[in-house]
Amino acid sequence: MEVTGLVSTRVQRLLVIVFVGLLASLAFVGGATAAHADEVGTEYDFSLQGFVRNDGEPIQDVLISVSGNGYTAEVVTDADGKWLIGVPDKGTYSITLDESTLPTGIIVTDAANPDVSNTVELTIDATNSKTYNFFLGAGVRETTSFLDQLIQRAVTGLGFGLMLALAAIGLSLIFGTTGLSNFAHAEMVTFGALAALTLAVDLALPLGIALVGALVLSGAFGWGLDAALWKPLRRKGVGLIPMMIVSIGLSLALRYLYQYFYGGSTRQLPGADGLDLKFGPISLSPLDMLSMAISIVVLLGVAFFLLRTRIGKATRAVSDNPSLASASGIDVDRVIRIVWVIGGALAGLSGILYAFYRPGVSWDMGFQILLLIFAAVTLGGLGTAFGALVGSLIVGLFIEVSTLWIPSDMKYVGALVILILVLLVRPQGILGRKERIG
Amino acid sequence: MVDFWQIIQNAAIEIVSPTTAAYALAALGLAIHFGYTGLLNFGQAGFMAIGAYGYAISTLTLGFPVWASVLVGLGGSVVFALLLGIPTLRLRADYLAIVTIAASEILRLVFTTNSLDAVTGSADGLSGYKNGFADLNPIPTGTYGFGPFTMNEYDLWLRIVGWGLVIILGLLAWQLMRSPWGRVIKGIREDEDAVRALGKNVYFYKMQSLILGGLFGTLGGMIFVLPRAVVPANYATTLTFFIYTILLLGGAATILGPIVGSIVFWVLLSAVSGFVARAQAVGWFPGMSSVQAGQTRFIIVGVVLMLLVIFRPQGIFGNKKELSFVK
Repeated sequence: MEVTGLVSTRVQRLLVIVFVGLLASLAFVGGATAAHADEVGTEYDFSLQGFVRNDGEPIQDVLISVSGNGYTAEVVTDADGKWLIGVPDKGTYSITLDESTLPTGIIVTDAANPDVSNTVELTIDATNSKTYNFFLGAGVRETTSFLDQLIQRAVTGLGFGLMLALAAIGLSLIFGTTGLSNFAHAEMVTFGALAALTLAVDLALPLGIALVGALVLSGAFGWGLDAALWKPLRRKGVGLIPMMIVSIGLSLALRYLYQYFYGGSTRQLPGADGLDLKFGPISLSPLDMLSMAISIVVLLGVAFFLLRTRIGKATRAVSDNPSLASASGIDVDRVIRIVWVIGGALAGLSGILYAFYRPGVSWDMGFQILLLIFAAVTLGGLGTAFGALVGSLIVGLFIEVSTLWIPSDMKYVGALVILILVLLVRPQGILGRKERIG
Repeated sequence: MVDFWQIIQNAAIEIVSPTTAAYALAALGLAIHFGYTGLLNFGQAGFMAIGAYGYAISTLTLGFPVWASVLVGLGGSVVFALLLGIPTLRLRADYLAIVTIAASEILRLVFTTNSLDAVTGSADGLSGYKNGFADLNPIPTGTYGFGPFTMNEYDLWLRIVGWGLVIILGLLAWQLMRSPWGRVIKGIREDEDAVRALGKNVYFYKMQSLILGGLFGTLGGMIFVLPRAVVPANYATTLTFFIYTILLLGGAATILGPIVGSIVFWVLLSAVSGFVARAQAVGWFPGMSSVQAGQTRFIIVGVVLMLLVIFRPQGIFGNKKELSFVK
């Protein structure tokens, strides 16, 4: 809140400067002809506008560009430093000041807010126009070095990958033990976030209790799905492809059921804000670090469960060969039930962490990353839990690092292309065994 | 009071609507893939997107005439099928599913990105490509039809072309499936190794089937955008899932199934959502808002898909024996 206060006093001060500057310029021209602002898109109802001035001195011919909602336009400032760009719709637009068109030694900067950038996001909602004045000052633009950007992206990607891994391991365990490609896994991810939202916001429970409650509910949800739907279908002898199509129908029904009850908007979990801490080139919020720590601890826990406990060993045995496992006295149905509970809880946890990462909870958030989860599982090797972890980390890293070269709205494309390329050369996935591809 | 007559009329319009024809074509393509060859194609939305964008971009950006724009779309579809098939057709069925679903999402993201706005119109999509198609219309200006089926000359022309395509391609697919080629295709579905043992190149037959069904989807995609604009959000994976619902509703390994399935799907969808919306408006469902009333249709589609697969996997026309391949 303090930051906003500072900015608004800044804006006030700048407005005073602008006003004085306007009076001065009027005095010079004698008020006869007010110079025309350089304007584009005046045929539209909505507009973005502002002044570019340095210490009250207007700067001419500065290139300003606007993009957003599929619309782009450019304009240069007039003798008063004024610019105006009409836009067709309400919505959010990003406005960029091209610093190379400023006089040498002047950049977009603000003593009170060192993070100010030459690109800002403006949203037109209630009013028809929005004004933004860039803060200018003496200085030289320090660009973040490529290596620093790479490190920052890699760390963010690692966090995203760990979060994906939680969901992917659940999906992989379910595939390994039952053979089901569960398209409704995305809805199990969303379920965790929605449960946390209901408990923490709607029922106003303390955050810690709400999150634990959401995890318990997610596990129960996984158990319920198995008990009510998948177990009867297995009993009935329904094939794997029909089961997969059932999971598609379930995914569709659950997703729109969520939208029915929670609406189409995005809501925030409490505690989502926090200041970034700097470690050399890396800046992370405490929440990011907590999220990564939780993921790592939980993943280690899953590894311990699979490698060291009786039930974990039984799970791997069922993945390998259900009939043989059953013949050697393992209760296959019990193992599958436990896998569904674990898968549900892991997916729910991943949904909660994803809600902090995005940030926000919405009805289709899980579906947005479903393909990435599938890509991670396939990349690592279908049905292998540790393959899912490796695949998730690769997908997470690749998505974030690739934004250094490709536009960020295409970042998922890179991950999916990698998936297809890996299948070309190593169809069984990175950790998969060759016999699995049949 | 709920106006049932209006609901029935609105539902009846869907029987001959071009959208129904477009979905029928796409489902027919999927019947060739899934029903006859056993290929698990989850990227039919991608084939439809190629038809829509191939047609619209060649008309708007390149200024091609109608026939050339159609050819560009079909050519794009063949290339897409080759790209999908070469890496995956030798692998197990679920790999094709994952690669096709990923590839169709790649297409949608590429069509949505701001960096290609000049060509694809990004999230807003494209419009204004219909003049060439309307100029080919031999029907004089006027009002045609009766009752709920009253339409102008463009709508009539569009329906004639759309349903004409459904009939011609339906007959073509029927003849193909009776031919020796069709018997090999069905053999691959039942037992790939047996067909290979007979000296057939299974890989090439699968590829031909993938291309052929994809072309059906691409033509469906073109018909789909003639009454509306090209919007990338329409080509999400949900579209593919709707087409699977239609296919399973009618019967996967049948020719009539996808066509009748599409009609039944759209008539029921219109009737159910029309009824829920009107009943909600007069207060039959307390506690439901008008927005929620609009969302019930998707919940119903999901539940119907599940029930169909569990209780009647062969659909309306199918023969249960023909589905023994679905393991």
